Amino acid sequence: MTYQPQKDFGTPESRSPDAVTLTIDGREVTVPAGSSVMRAASEQGTSIPKLCATDSVKSFGSCRLCLVEIDGRRGTPASCTTPVEPGMVVRTQTPHLAKLRKGVMELYISDHPLDCLTCAANGDCELQDQAGAVGLRDVRYDVQATHLGQEKDHSNPYFDFDPSKCIACSRCIRACDEVQGTLALTMEGRGWDSKISAGLASDNFLESECVSCGACVQACPTATLVEKKVVEVGTPERSVVTTCAYCGVGCTFRAEMRGEQLVRMVPYKDGKANRGHSCVKGRFAWGYAQHQERILKPMIRKSISDPWREVEWDEAFAYTASELKRISAKYGRNALGGITSSRCTNEETFLVQKLVRAGFGNNNVDTCARVCHSPTGYGLKTTFGTSAGTQDFDSVEDTDVILIIGANPTDGHPVFASRMKRRLRGQDGRTGAKLIVIDPRRTDIVRSPHIEAQHHLPLRPGTNVAVLTAMAHVIVTEGLADEAFIRERCDWDEYSHWAEFVSQSRNSPENLQPVTLVDAEELRAAARLYATGGNGAIYYGLGVTEHSQGSSTVMAIANLAMATGNIGRRGVGVNPLRGQNNVQGACDMGSFPHELAGYRHISDGTARKLFEDDWGVTLDPEPGLRIPNMLDAAVDGVFKALYCQGEDILQSDPNTAHVSAGLAAMECVIVHDLFLNETANYAHIFLPGSTFLEKNGTFTNAERRIQPVRKVMTPMNGLEDWEVTQRLAQAMGLDWNYTHPSEIMDEIARLTPTFAGVSFARIDEAGSLQWPVTADAPDGSPIMHVDGFVRGKGKFVVTDYVPTDEKTGPRFPLLLTTGRILSQYNVGAQTRRTENVAWHPEDLLEIHPVDAEDRGVKSGDWVKLASRAGETTLRATVTDRVAPGVVYTTFHHAVTQANVVTTDFSDWATNCPEYKVTAVQISASNGPTEWQEEYEALSTRSRRVETGIAAE
Amino acid sequence: MNSVERLVHMANQIATNLATDAAPVAAVADHIQQFWDPRMKKMIFAHGTAGLSPVAAAAISLLADAQNGA
Repeated sequence: MTYQPQKDFGTPESRSPDAVTLTIDGREVTVPAGSSVMRAASEQGTSIPKLCATDSVKSFGSCRLCLVEIDGRRGTPASCTTPVEPGMVVRTQTPHLAKLRKGVMELYISDHPLDCLTCAANGDCELQDQAGAVGLRDVRYDVQATHLGQEKDHSNPYFDFDPSKCIACSRCIRACDEVQGTLALTMEGRGWDSKISAGLASDNFLESECVSCGACVQACPTATLVEKKVVEVGTPERSVVTTCAYCGVGCTFRAEMRGEQLVRMVPYKDGKANRGHSCVKGRFAWGYAQHQERILKPMIRKSISDPWREVEWDEAFAYTASELKRISAKYGRNALGGITSSRCTNEETFLVQKLVRAGFGNNNVDTCARVCHSPTGYGLKTTFGTSAGTQDFDSVEDTDVILIIGANPTDGHPVFASRMKRRLRGQDGRTGAKLIVIDPRRTDIVRSPHIEAQHHLPLRPGTNVAVLTAMAHVIVTEGLADEAFIRERCDWDEYSHWAEFVSQSRNSPENLQPVTLVDAEELRAAARLYATGGNGAIYYGLGVTEHSQGSSTVMAIANLAMATGNIGRRGVGVNPLRGQNNVQGACDMGSFPHELAGYRHISDGTARKLFEDDWGVTLDPEPGLRIPNMLDAAVDGVFKALYCQGEDILQSDPNTAHVSAGLAAMECVIVHDLFLNETANYAHIFLPGSTFLEKNGTFTNAERRIQPVRKVMTPMNGLEDWEVTQRLAQAMGLDWNYTHPSEIMDEIARLTPTFAGVSFARIDEAGSLQWPVTADAPDGSPIMHVDGFVRGKGKFVVTDYVPTDEKTGPRFPLLLTTGRILSQYNVGAQTRRTENVAWHPEDLLEIHPVDAEDRGVKSGDWVKLASRAGETTLRATVTDRVAPGVVYTTFHHAVTQANVVTTDFSDWATNCPEYKVTAVQISASNGPTEWQEEYEALSTRSRRVETGIAAE
Repeated sequence: MNSVERLVHMANQIATNLATDAAPVAAVADHIQQFWDPRMKKMIFAHGTAGLSPVAAAAISLLADAQNGA
């Protein structure tokens, strides 16, 4: 199909259930009440000229181009601001209208450059289209004053701003306000002096509060805001709908192409997760896919002190299989294991765990969800019966009270945060939802334009369970629990036991205040609001899970939702915000060592037999090793070989010294990745990977939404990742013959009851499907636990607060908590290889002014960050976003390696590391630590390639 | 911490967090049975109950007995 931009209906869709029938240009059309005449015409296939209207923002009525004639009405009303009425008769094309429109266009064009042939938007410009549509042939005005010839703003690395081409329609401002919710843009000056400003007059786009989400670029009808890539290569010629490979929101994009060259990623309006919005990562930060540091040929080496040697695929597979067989024969089959990746597709993940279980002959497979959301799996399965969030993202539109705990959505899940902010601001006459934020830091959503949390509870890191138990105490002792719901849906005896526990005076907010540091009155008010404010929805992230009581916190959250009846309908629920794009999917696919696909325990003989019969093997009924257990076993000398797909455990996992000791003790580390990542410093075999643009498959987002990933270009390394795993399995002697990932999904569906109705054909047809997809729910399940909990009765679990073993003391008096920033993603392997470094070139340490002053630290100073596990250096930024006694940093940069400092402590139930609490000390520093210097030398040594030709 | 020390720490942590369960010893034993690989179980059986809290020690003994009985 040749390139067509997605259809623009001019004004947003009306959700009214009532229908209105009217006549437009002699043809009847029926649309929802509340639609604009412009929208009705567009739905009928009639195109009314327009400039200031676009369907992502409310109508504005400024351009006067969309005028129509309506029987019985005087004048020529703007169709964008005129709602439809029953029986209305509208004419969109009359001589009078043509004359008016031509006059309007003439005025616009009198102040617009006539460089269409050399303009970046040539062929994709609404102004150009409308000039053609109204038949403009001449501009009579000899305009003296114009706003032409202004300086362009090239500061943003991804798009240019050319004010001379601006028609002052304000679509960009409204997109920033309504879609993104940052309110960075404004109109400066009047008349000829009107100019879009990114903030203050002194601000350019890069330095302003603009978050580079691209909504303004998307909304711009001219080349005023245009992607640099379009300027460079021209307009696209075709497009393919696919799914973003960054965070767990799972935005749908159109990959707009010229041949096999990606021109731009444009958010897809029909994407059910993002509804046409995007963030700086998904929209723009895909340059890593063609980065010169990508490794495109397999490489092997005997020892990690040797340089790499490039080999052909056949040799790589034969060598890898021989090494794995050698180690299995020498040390036993349990010496082998694999790690699947939340960055890879469901099909790829499924194959890696199948290779481990059926090929390696053990259950030593784990996934990076171990270090992020494994407590979600444990906690929600225990309480509700399903290891997944309960809602779809649309549900937030019906929420009255949003409770965010341990999540920073504006940075970690920005597109969903924009939807949340829209609900918080209120719109269309509805008041905004109320907001409670439980977080040690004053995250951006606590207070941002038109949004202010009713309650921010800045707790001491590590006291989530105490805070939630105190909230439960208030709800139960003040009689706010929804007993009717509990009696109907939950086990009453378990509830009574739990209620008795939380009601104990030791669990009151006042008693726990010295522990949590949360003001008791504020906590009481927050609990009352959540329990009585209408539909309450809890959204949480890694600030919940990455603690020694991560699983307990998840269960405490589930307890609160059940106690208040906030489960089983739109607007409520318990919603884990997943870190990476396919965390949910990787967990669903049987990546955990104790579970087969669909969360069935490996000791379950019936489930195991299903797989054994299908795969023609016998499976080990005992659980395998989790990632930290693999590293321990490696240090003990009994775990010798690891196949690691799309993960960088050396940078992402805690206590780097321990991870490196484990890796160094192995005889065969296979890294399957795009780049020579940090783990590859300890690898013996490197299998080059393919990007999400180069393969077919599916990702499952935080809403359990299975979405298509579509190949838009040939893999630069020659093979899609599932093909690499299959070739390795074949070299190991397994009889695998998949010809397309759809066949892998067919196998998943065959073996996994919750995926029974899933196939590529069904996903193509529906766009996406939310599991469970079964005979009872053939179109999927947007909301779970509607008529009852999956496990039967909802289970209340007593979660007693247990302080972490990681204690502050005289040597390490501060608490370090780690997190993410908008422009970077996870270990930064992708985003550090894009222009996103313009926003975040290094990890910074946030420290409160009081703590900074005590140590003589100023913003910009190098400081040493030391814990019991290790030490590193980075620069400080002094801010009161963090409470006194708390410091914060990100882990995006390998040179900082924040995880040198984090410890081995982990969640009691799942071994998810306690990243969020490390006792540290900060002191002035002159330069890199010994570890950093040694590590840099190791990295340089380890990345040598023998051919003498740089790996490109 | 070496591996055995870590297993002792983990077992105690599980026992502390399951202390409010109606049958804590059985709950701890079940958790370890479900989530620890055979080598980890063998290591802690071999280590014995030193350093383990009473509930953790009872759970490990329960598991070890079940294993031996089987």
